[in-house]
Amino acid sequence: MSKSSTPAIQFKDVSRHFGDVRAVDHVDLQIADGEFFTMLGPSGSGKTTCLRMIAGFDQPTSGQIFLHGTDVSYLPPYEREVNTVFQDYALFPHMTVLDNVAYGLMVRNVPKDKRKAEAEKMLELVRLPGLGKRKPSQLSGGQRQRVALARALILKPRVLLLDEPLGALDLKLRQEMQLELKALQEQVGITFVYVTHDQEEALTMSDSLAVFNQGRIEQVGAPAEIYESPASEFVAGFVGVSNLIRGPLAKQITGSTATFSIRPEKIHILKAGEKPPSEAYSAGGLISDVIYLGMYTRYEVDLGGGNILTVAQQNLTTTKGKPLAAKGQQVQLFWEKDHAKQIGAK
Amino acid sequence: MKTTAALPRSPIQRFSNFLYAHPALGLALLLGPPLVWMIGIYLSSLFTMLVQSFFRLDDFTGQIVREFTLSTYAQLFTASNLDIVQRTAGMATAVTLATLLIAFPLAYYMARYASTRAKGFLYLAVTLPLWSSYLVKVYAWKLILAKEGILSWVIGQLHLTAGMDWLLGIPTIGGPSLSISPIGIFLVFVYVWLPYMILPIQAALERVPKSLLEASGDLGAKPAKTFRHVILPLAFPGMVAGSLFTFSLTLGDFIVPSVMGNSSFYIGQAVLSHQGTSGNIPLAAAMTSVPLLIMAIYLILARRLGALDAL
Amino acid sequence: MPSKTVNREERAPLVIVGMALAAVLFLNLPVFIIFVYAFTTDSQTFTFPLPGLTTQWFGIAAGRNDLWEALGLSIRVALLATVLAMLLGTLAAAAVSRSKFFGREAVSFLLVLPLALPGIVTGIALRQTMGVLDIPFSFFTIVVGHATFCMVIVYNNVLARFRRMSWSIMEASADLGANSWQTFRYVLLPSMSTALLAGGMLAFALSFDEVIVTTFTAGQDSTLPIWIFSQLTRPRDRPVTNVVALFVVLIMAIPILLSYRISQRDGETQLNR
Repeated sequence: MSKSSTPAIQFKDVSRHFGDVRAVDHVDLQIADGEFFTMLGPSGSGKTTCLRMIAGFDQPTSGQIFLHGTDVSYLPPYEREVNTVFQDYALFPHMTVLDNVAYGLMVRNVPKDKRKAEAEKMLELVRLPGLGKRKPSQLSGGQRQRVALARALILKPRVLLLDEPLGALDLKLRQEMQLELKALQEQVGITFVYVTHDQEEALTMSDSLAVFNQGRIEQVGAPAEIYESPASEFVAGFVGVSNLIRGPLAKQITGSTATFSIRPEKIHILKAGEKPPSEAYSAGGLISDVIYLGMYTRYEVDLGGGNILTVAQQNLTTTKGKPLAAKGQQVQLFWEKDHAKQIGAK
Repeated sequence: MKTTAALPRSPIQRFSNFLYAHPALGLALLLGPPLVWMIGIYLSSLFTMLVQSFFRLDDFTGQIVREFTLSTYAQLFTASNLDIVQRTAGMATAVTLATLLIAFPLAYYMARYASTRAKGFLYLAVTLPLWSSYLVKVYAWKLILAKEGILSWVIGQLHLTAGMDWLLGIPTIGGPSLSISPIGIFLVFVYVWLPYMILPIQAALERVPKSLLEASGDLGAKPAKTFRHVILPLAFPGMVAGSLFTFSLTLGDFIVPSVMGNSSFYIGQAVLSHQGTSGNIPLAAAMTSVPLLIMAIYLILARRLGALDAL
Repeated sequence: MPSKTVNREERAPLVIVGMALAAVLFLNLPVFIIFVYAFTTDSQTFTFPLPGLTTQWFGIAAGRNDLWEALGLSIRVALLATVLAMLLGTLAAAAVSRSKFFGREAVSFLLVLPLALPGIVTGIALRQTMGVLDIPFSFFTIVVGHATFCMVIVYNNVLARFRRMSWSIMEASADLGANSWQTFRYVLLPSMSTALLAGGMLAFALSFDEVIVTTFTAGQDSTLPIWIFSQLTRPRDRPVTNVVALFVVLIMAIPILLSYRISQRDGETQLNR
């Protein structure tokens, strides 16, 4: 499928109110054709409502939603060229797996032989050949997930919506499915819009992502951009672990009172007697806690005045689990000026 | 599978789209017919009846006088009518208490001790009699209680006939035979309404987690105390729900008293005769408002106690 | 008796077992008397032990036109009342389970009312309204009364099913291109069909057996329960009544047991009235 320069999905000043609750509050958004796009946010942040409005299960209170340039804001779900993988899979319990997958073709009056053949092809695509005769209740969680995918993809939608589809799976299966979904998306070449509250999942899979908070979008960008340059305190805190430095301490370190964030792994701990490079920011503190985590060690460093920084050091040279610095030790920290991101600055 | 939006839409599709755009209309279409039925037929009938109860019958002309009056209600307080109301309410109370006593052990056994299989069997053993024909059940008791019937025969075989004669000789509850006496009415009412008491109590007890009983036992409560302070309060909503049925059904029944009774009327029979033979429609309506009022109070109380969730 | 160990071993006290057993016997034995009396040679009294056995009353009952007419009327009333109850009860259940709206509780309450209030209230109210509006007695006046109290049976069954169902399958259907009618036809109806059927069976049984409301809405027409009731108060045909009672028990067992089977297969038990 050739990619179009028209965005696959566009939100123009979309709001959705439920009574007094502003579930979605003046959202503007563009999702490029063929992208793996993730809507990330805590529960109640409006991400699922946005997804439901794209699918047509919900309608905006105000604003417009465009699918490939066409205004679909008030079009019913069955007239939109998008399909959805539901959080609980929503397989039809009274139908076989094959009938589930062929459902979309059936309601379009595709002849029986043809839709059966097509459905079997889809089951192969999701690596479930030969399971067509079973009922959904006879499948494992992971298998149901794949059936739901096959059922949604059989109509060859230009956009596939996925509502926390991996939420019910255990960690190992979830990690496998993440990679598989990503591969599948590249194979079929259509836009995936993926909703999750799991920031690691979002960073792993997405071409770009939007971080939702209280019905608004806080930031849109590629995973690295979101992680490295969080646009708000919320993003800095929600995506990964972050140290926020503000007020007098910020003034003391950077010379400016603007709040900035620094990721734990970007901070270096100096050994005794070493001097920080002159072009870096530095600060001194007392190690208040040391947590050994295998791949790396986490330190809590008390800078005084209630400011505690989290520092992560890869265990490159440690042996026998002996940490680099011990609790109660006075240490000097430094980090490159580039890594201290001023919140809100581009 | 190109865009379906471009295809000409069928009327069904267009209607479907219209509903999508107007969800409130969809709800109205679902709710409309049952509501129109219930309000238009049922509630408005109740209302009509209540209005009639404020009219009166002209004793001389036999015509209904359509003017607001409380005189019809005042007639309820004549000695004979008060007697009827008292007799019916007394019977309803007695029946409710008796069913409660018989129902509780069975419900308790079903909820607490029965294995899954036994529970299924007992459930059937309660629901099949519940759903058997009401009239046939009454008829079966007519056969059982008849003077020449099976119960008399059994009592005769046990040489207890004298005891039964003594019982039937008691003035207000006795009669010529069990099948024509207040005792007979009571027995049949207890029988036909018993399942209505068992099921809600069982449902309520079913919701008591076993761990709660064990916790009470672990905390040193004797079984009797556990029963009194844990089980009984938790079963209470079920008991209220059950009594709602036994009370209501007894108040409104004219079948059993007509079949098993003597000339002393119950509310249902009185209503039937005022409505039918004597044509005193306002009095029939006023008399019907008595069980209606009693049940309204009962329902409101039960609702407040959360007993209606146990239905 | 150390009470703590007793708590672990869940053995019912003998008193409770005895009382439960007595209640079960009390509930189930009386109906069997009907099976015995249908064969008695005694046509005047209810003498027990039976003076003799015969099957002649079955033939005599079969030749009675008034019985066949009553049975026919009862079945026709029950069928139409059931269809109406299924339609209206399902609509109400769908509305109540689908959306939150003001007065949702009141709707549930309103539907339970005809069963919760004494039957005579419904009967008299309908009868007097017919009088005021000058509506003559007919087949339809009986049906209207029956459908009113049968509705809640279907409503309860279907609502219980809707509560267990995941509504996302409706959205999934629409998402895959099905319009409202197709979603109803291919997803909603098959998902609720057994609950609807079970509810319908119970509604049929309830209507088939109803006598109190019918007394007020039937006029001169006689349903089977009305026929039996008249025999109970003024016995003229005792042996025939015995046979009719036996058949009523058997006829009603069919929808009840079917409904039970259907519900049990779906892991639901909704035989409560």
